[in-house]
Amino acid sequence: MKRKNKPENNNKNKTSRREFLKKGLLAGAGTVLGGGVVGSFNAFAESGDTIKVLGPDGKVMSVDKSHLKEIGARTEKQMQKEGRDGIPGRKWVKVIDLSKCKNARMCMAACQNAHQLRPDQHHVNVLRMDRGGETAPFFMPKPCQHCDDPPCTKVCPVDATFKRQDGLVLIDNERCIGCRFCIAACPYSARIFNWTEPKDAEKYEDVEYNVELNVPQKKGTVSKCLFSADLLRIDKMPYCVTACPNGVYWFGDENENAVTNGTTKETVNFKKLLKDNAAYVLMPELGTEPRVYYLPEKDRMFPFVYEGSTELKKDKH
Amino acid sequence: MSEGKNNVSKKTLNTIVSDLTRPIKNHYGFTPWILFLTGIILLGLFAYIIQLKNGLGVTAMRDYVSWGLYISSFIFFIATALIGMLISAVLGLIGIKWITPISRIAEMIALGFAMWAGLIIIFDMGRPDRILNIFMHGRLQSPIVWDITVVNTYVVISILLFLLPLIPDIPFLKKTMKDQPTWKQKIYNLLSFGFVGRPEQYALIKRLIRITAILIVPVALAIHTVTSWLFASTLRVGWDSTIFGPYYVTGAFVTGGAAVVIAMFVFSRDFRLKNYITDFHFDKMGRLMVLLMLVYLYFNINEFLVPGYKMKLAEKPHLYELFQGDFALMFWLVQIGGLVLPVILLLFKKMRKPVPSLVIAVAVIIGAFFKRYIITIPTLLHPHLPIQNVPEEFSTYWPTPIEWSITMMAVAGALLIITILAKLFPVIPIWETAYEEGITTEEMNEFVKKEND
Repeated sequence: MKRKNKPENNNKNKTSRREFLKKGLLAGAGTVLGGGVVGSFNAFAESGDTIKVLGPDGKVMSVDKSHLKEIGARTEKQMQKEGRDGIPGRKWVKVIDLSKCKNARMCMAACQNAHQLRPDQHHVNVLRMDRGGETAPFFMPKPCQHCDDPPCTKVCPVDATFKRQDGLVLIDNERCIGCRFCIAACPYSARIFNWTEPKDAEKYEDVEYNVELNVPQKKGTVSKCLFSADLLRIDKMPYCVTACPNGVYWFGDENENAVTNGTTKETVNFKKLLKDNAAYVLMPELGTEPRVYYLPEKDRMFPFVYEGSTELKKDKH
Repeated sequence: MSEGKNNVSKKTLNTIVSDLTRPIKNHYGFTPWILFLTGIILLGLFAYIIQLKNGLGVTAMRDYVSWGLYISSFIFFIATALIGMLISAVLGLIGIKWITPISRIAEMIALGFAMWAGLIIIFDMGRPDRILNIFMHGRLQSPIVWDITVVNTYVVISILLFLLPLIPDIPFLKKTMKDQPTWKQKIYNLLSFGFVGRPEQYALIKRLIRITAILIVPVALAIHTVTSWLFASTLRVGWDSTIFGPYYVTGAFVTGGAAVVIAMFVFSRDFRLKNYITDFHFDKMGRLMVLLMLVYLYFNINEFLVPGYKMKLAEKPHLYELFQGDFALMFWLVQIGGLVLPVILLLFKKMRKPVPSLVIAVAVIIGAFFKRYIITIPTLLHPHLPIQNVPEEFSTYWPTPIEWSITMMAVAGALLIITILAKLFPVIPIWETAYEEGITTEEMNEFVKKEND
């Protein structure tokens, strides 16, 4: 879907200026640069330290350090547009090696930390799977599956949740009306809702909304795993992937046919990894075509120890 | 059939007009009833303000049971609203005469409940302030957009189907309501649309009524089918069913039928219209209910027996929960007390008398309300993947007082609309009743003129 993009010229100018400044130069005096600088200068006291900066006309100038402020990242509008388009040429995939997961939950903590979530709100949730019988239970991290045929985006009445060209399914909480149809539609229970004011809401009050991070979270809107789209944009791996101490996560680009392990940083052939390990996806019969692959739960803990006990409390399900 | 009406015998136009307009003038018991409804609505508004302030967290809904009492009440309201289409459109179009005194009642019920159904959806929204996004960014793929479209269309056509047959009654109202406040007379003047009873006006009105009645049939089928698709279009156990459309539509007729029986009882007693809404009509409605409930029972058997026979792995816990688990009591009460027993009882003529009819209808409608609850909640409690690492409250659901208050506000609101309509306009069409008594339109015109002088 093409989004309208009226102030194109304007944006281009801004971008080129920003790039110029980004390349190792510091942003300088507000009077020279005008609206490009965020914030008010009167709020800063002179520090006495000066620093040399390159002005827009090529002259080197010296300004007081206190007058400097890092240029505000991209504008919300720009982030929205880029966030909806995705990163061209990419097809992100995640491979989760169930034989490695020891329920360290570092992925959950890193994710909650990055996305302004409370401990009971999960973009990625490590589930204790019990298939019954003689088999030992195992742990299964469950992020959003970023399906190629996503049931959630189909039902959204306002295009607040959408599929990008790089395979990610994102949610725009500036547009979400909170009908929760997507939560009902998702068979993986990957979506959460901000039933009350989000954690630390007042701290994030003035933060510009980044659709690729879904922060600040907003009351009355849906949130979900984003494959850390904000990090992917700067060529970094997702929060959960790098936080894992056990080498559970592989992440990469299907187009490159390569995935990298978040713990060991080893890069391997994606298709081969899947084939050699008999990878599978969750509930393929539903036709959702997930972009998250699982390597089988071999090498299970036996006897299974959970919270200091070998006995499992029976789930209702 | 006509001998059933013999206790009514011939009525003069004079009696008909005075009988049918009397309840509009007579305010006995009106004020306490309105105060009661307003009280419930105010309580609900207060609850809604709390919900707006603190978010949907004040409800018992959480990430797994993310649709609760509001959505199940929404289905119930849409269901009740559907009866207008069945009685005044379908039965009217195929020429069934006994519906004359109850067709307007059915339309009033349809209007009241359809309007509040739209509001319940807003109560359920996390961001009601962004409702305009649906028009700014609406996507045709989403069943919610279809639902909003058809519900609004249904409300509009229902208003027409209420107003059009009302127009020929307005001249009678203008005459008899001379002593009423001017705002009321202004409403009558406005709604007469210049109708003075000329033959070509009658012909036009009848034509318009016919067109509207035909139009409303597909729209009404659409609103409840689309409402069922909000569920059937998901991959959830218990909702992922191909018969959800007809299952909902037939269930809706049962709900609305029960609502009409209750309204018939109240109006015939409270408005002293026993000579117009007679035992004969209760008997007919009882028979109709038996038919409607049997069809619905048939769909219920399909919906539960077939999956229950197969017991697919994914559906097993859901079905066990309904048949013998936490929801078993509610499930069997609703199925037996709200469906099977009423069918059996209504087979007996004695049970189709007004008072037993009322008792049965109340049981049916309460059953219908909780049936929607049973369709909505247990499915959400059984997602494909286990509910873990969340507080205990996430894996249970029982509505909070806030949710009950808001839902009761919707019920009271629908009843308020019905009450106001019944206090402004005759609940039984004057001209159609007179027509069936053999009074010609010329006689009616004469009557209006004579009184005028």
